[in-house]
Amino acid sequence: MSGQYETVIGLEVHVELATKTKIFCACPTEFGGAPNTHTCPVCTGMPGSLPVLNKQVVEYALAVGLATNCKINQYCKFDRKNYFYPDNPQNYQISQLYLPICHDGGIEIETAAGRKWVGIHEIHMEEDAGKLIHDDWEDCSLVDFNRSGVPLIEIVSEPDMRSAEEVMAYLEKLRLIIQYLGASDCKLQEGSMRADVNLSVRKAGAKEFGTRTEMKNLNSFKAIARAIEGEKIRQIELLEEGKAVIQETRKWDDNKEASFAMRSKEDAKDYRYFPDPDLVPLVISDEWMQSVKESQPELRTEKLERYKKEFDIPVYDAEIITGSKRLSDLFEETTAIVHKPKKVSNWLMVETLRLLKEKNMEPEDIVFSPENLAKLIELVEAGTINNTVAKEVFEEVFAKNADPEKYVEKHGLKTVNDEGALRSTIEKIIADNPKSVEDYHNGKEKAIGFLVGQTMKAMKGKANPGMVNQMLKELL
Amino acid sequence: MNILELTAVELGKKIKEKEIAVTEATKAVLAQIQSVENSLHCYVTVDEEGALKRAKEVQKGIADGTFTGSLAGVPVAIKDNICTEGLLTTCSSKILDNFIPPYTASAVCNLKQQGAVVLGKTNMDEFAMGSTTETSAYGVTKNPWNTEHVPGGSSGGSCAAVAARECFYALGSDTGGSIRQPSSFCGVTGIKPTYGTISRYGLIAYGSSLDQIGPIGKDVTDCAAILETIASYDFKDSTSVKRERYDFTSALADDVKGLKIGIPADYLGAGLDPEVKEAVLKAAKVLEEKGAIVEEFDLSLVEYAIPAYYAIASAEASSNLSRFDGVKYGYRTKEYEGLHSMYKKSRSEGFGAEVKRRIMLGSFVLSSGYYDAYYLKALRTKALIKQAFDKAFSRYDVIIGPTAPTTAPKLGASLHDPLKMYLGDIYTISVNLAGLPAMSVPCGKDSRGLPIGLQLISDCFREHDMIRAAYAFEQTGTYEEPQLAVEGGAKL
Amino acid sequence: MAHEISNETIEYVGILAKLELSEEEKEQAKKDMGRMLDYIDKLNELDTDGVEPMSHAFPVQNVFRKDIVENKDERDKMLSNAPARKDGAFMVPKTVE
Repeated sequence: MSGQYETVIGLEVHVELATKTKIFCACPTEFGGAPNTHTCPVCTGMPGSLPVLNKQVVEYALAVGLATNCKINQYCKFDRKNYFYPDNPQNYQISQLYLPICHDGGIEIETAAGRKWVGIHEIHMEEDAGKLIHDDWEDCSLVDFNRSGVPLIEIVSEPDMRSAEEVMAYLEKLRLIIQYLGASDCKLQEGSMRADVNLSVRKAGAKEFGTRTEMKNLNSFKAIARAIEGEKIRQIELLEEGKAVIQETRKWDDNKEASFAMRSKEDAKDYRYFPDPDLVPLVISDEWMQSVKESQPELRTEKLERYKKEFDIPVYDAEIITGSKRLSDLFEETTAIVHKPKKVSNWLMVETLRLLKEKNMEPEDIVFSPENLAKLIELVEAGTINNTVAKEVFEEVFAKNADPEKYVEKHGLKTVNDEGALRSTIEKIIADNPKSVEDYHNGKEKAIGFLVGQTMKAMKGKANPGMVNQMLKELL
Repeated sequence: MNILELTAVELGKKIKEKEIAVTEATKAVLAQIQSVENSLHCYVTVDEEGALKRAKEVQKGIADGTFTGSLAGVPVAIKDNICTEGLLTTCSSKILDNFIPPYTASAVCNLKQQGAVVLGKTNMDEFAMGSTTETSAYGVTKNPWNTEHVPGGSSGGSCAAVAARECFYALGSDTGGSIRQPSSFCGVTGIKPTYGTISRYGLIAYGSSLDQIGPIGKDVTDCAAILETIASYDFKDSTSVKRERYDFTSALADDVKGLKIGIPADYLGAGLDPEVKEAVLKAAKVLEEKGAIVEEFDLSLVEYAIPAYYAIASAEASSNLSRFDGVKYGYRTKEYEGLHSMYKKSRSEGFGAEVKRRIMLGSFVLSSGYYDAYYLKALRTKALIKQAFDKAFSRYDVIIGPTAPTTAPKLGASLHDPLKMYLGDIYTISVNLAGLPAMSVPCGKDSRGLPIGLQLISDCFREHDMIRAAYAFEQTGTYEEPQLAVEGGAKL
Repeated sequence: MAHEISNETIEYVGILAKLELSEEEKEQAKKDMGRMLDYIDKLNELDTDGVEPMSHAFPVQNVFRKDIVENKDERDKMLSNAPARKDGAFMVPKTVE
């Protein structure tokens, strides 16, 4: 059934910029904080208050626009979007409609089917709204304006995507670019990156677009993928039944794996946009654009090429590591200390990724420092600790950014290299395990593994396995 | 010597010279308020306690050298749409009947830094929308010259208070003439400076691209001194302009020789009261006799200013007033069912008729399908009007004319026909559209004893020209003290 | 072009502006708005082709702030006028999505 239909998808992605202060006032953008403790007359819409634009917001918007091949509107303005809602202190949002800062760009994505260009229609700056907390006990809602005024850029794509896979590729690439620029940490779960999906279907080969719906409340990549599938099927079923798709906004409920129409007759959806008379136009000179272009940090593609040449690590590792700004920063900084890129990459690729997956964390959440990872690697290189112990220590480094040297000292984890102590332990193990000794003598090489294991256990893991193995063979 | 007869600058000098104490001056003006307020109702809030406390502080500050400005210790009244921390600020609206601002407007901060003593907040048309102060939710203000007449608006309370000696000077705001027109109706002097000269931070917005705070005083000298005190670049206001010169008092020179003055013939046509016309032309003659070159010219586009203004101002106002919703401050209706009901009831009950009228008009002008035809068209008209003035100022230094087509109308005579009321703004409105500085000075009385105002307009950032012309005119002595028409008014 | 403002228009504008008018107020509003719009129509007499809409009278542009935190915790002040509050937040009727 769905083979006859083509899915057409466009995305509106909102990204919270990593500035220290809000877009129009000097309140901190810091996450958390008790309600309304990061507010002032401007971001709470007090009568008589006025907005003043944070220059850093423009710089980030420009950087993202240039990195996504957009044309820049060198003369642009802010417009008021008028609608009533309690999380909107002025009951208008300052955004950009008529002259957004960037337009007509795009990025290349790569999926199993190959490479594809996804167009970006426009990018504009706007302010975030506050948060509404629903109090069921008192049947009311509580408004917290801490988030009101946090700077956002909205990236509107062309309806160029045709599958959930393409959407994922687009989002991942966009995210990577923005993270590399330092413009945002793009954490979907925390809301610093939000995606609304516009989806319609049409018979394969048709030239006109079908009616599209907009889906909101997509809080993870998985939810996005599920929502796309769900909505595609819902629309196709409607059309197959001879019904029409209604243009509307739908809220996705990931628990129910279904979407529900968000209808409100209290809203005319007529936003009466007009240029905000409290703000003045933005004129972006060629020099400014040039300086933003030049100060752009190395982006992913360049970094990958450089890693292949400079560090002798497997291409696969390089791809994974450069796939996250945090990981690549860690890699480069740690390598700068220990000068052993292969070891560093190994620790990142194996243990770090494993723990990230286990604890459902993202690389951006890593707490350990390059210095501590470097120390750990040096401890292993010097033979001070063995690999088993190293993994244990790493769990501490990962969880709390523990200093490995101190931890090893404190818990007495150094490898015992004292031959005498080792010899006496091994002799005891040999005495305690006659069957294994016999097996070994009868040609079962594997039996020595068991004896090594027992020795390690007795030594509380602090022996050098290689040495143990060698000594065992000697004594047997 | 009656303290109340002194101008603000004269009082400031006497305070500096220790002839009069700040507390003495403050008490004198509070006594006057006590005696005439009931008849005139210029104030929404009189802060007697606060003023007396502040008077003591300022006296100390003058003694120890903290306050050295020319207006230190002089009591002032502030229009009630300008935020004053801790002091009720209502915009003469029910929807802000309990609003105590958590901060003070920059212009008032400037005054306070120079040792001003704030007496209270003056009555106005609700949210500055009106020309008679009759749309106030707290009652009308009466014209001190004849209490059956309006004081003008929207800064009616401020202008009447200055005329009735209920303060030594006042701050007002002007979006379409709201300082100049009531100044002319009340026989006092008022200035609307070039847009961007005085910070709008703390001025509760009506038409953001048009609003300016300005001084209202007993004479040109006072207004120039006040302007100098409150004007400054403010980084909290993106539309604030960093001026090259703030020395407005240096323009107080009695010399107009060679000054090129133009009178728009379009201002002198039908609709202009003959007595007003006569007074204005007489004033022009006076200036000519003093050496200015005066001639009539065609300004053009005058009749388009009002429709353009109302489209723009109401559009901006409809958005600016959206924040009054019963959520964060102000009036919230008692009974409602759900959020949107709360919004609608609070706003409908809290706003007066004129405000609602303009919000609806503004929402319509901006709405889908009409934005181009109305709002953008008005903004294009605005550009043309500016061009017309640019052309005029390439030939003239100052443009003069009547401030208003009539003297103060009777109370109750204007409200039934809003459109007719709007037409009264014809001379003042284009000035706001073009961002120009303009002022009104008294230039006579009509046969009913009501004051007539002369408006002077100069090019952007050229307040000095109009202040000079106004000062020179004033010095010829045609300004008359108001015969206060109030019972028990302090005999002057 | 005489503007006949319909009931629908007044109701629509009422929704946009969150205003609720009584029947008489609606009738009066229809008249007032009609007359005002007729008057604003006068602008059509002007040829404004090629004229850029002018928001501000003079070309001020590029007014910026530095990205430095200056504001402290002003919660008590910001909440001081709240008609209803709870737990440091503004309390409003339940918002239904």
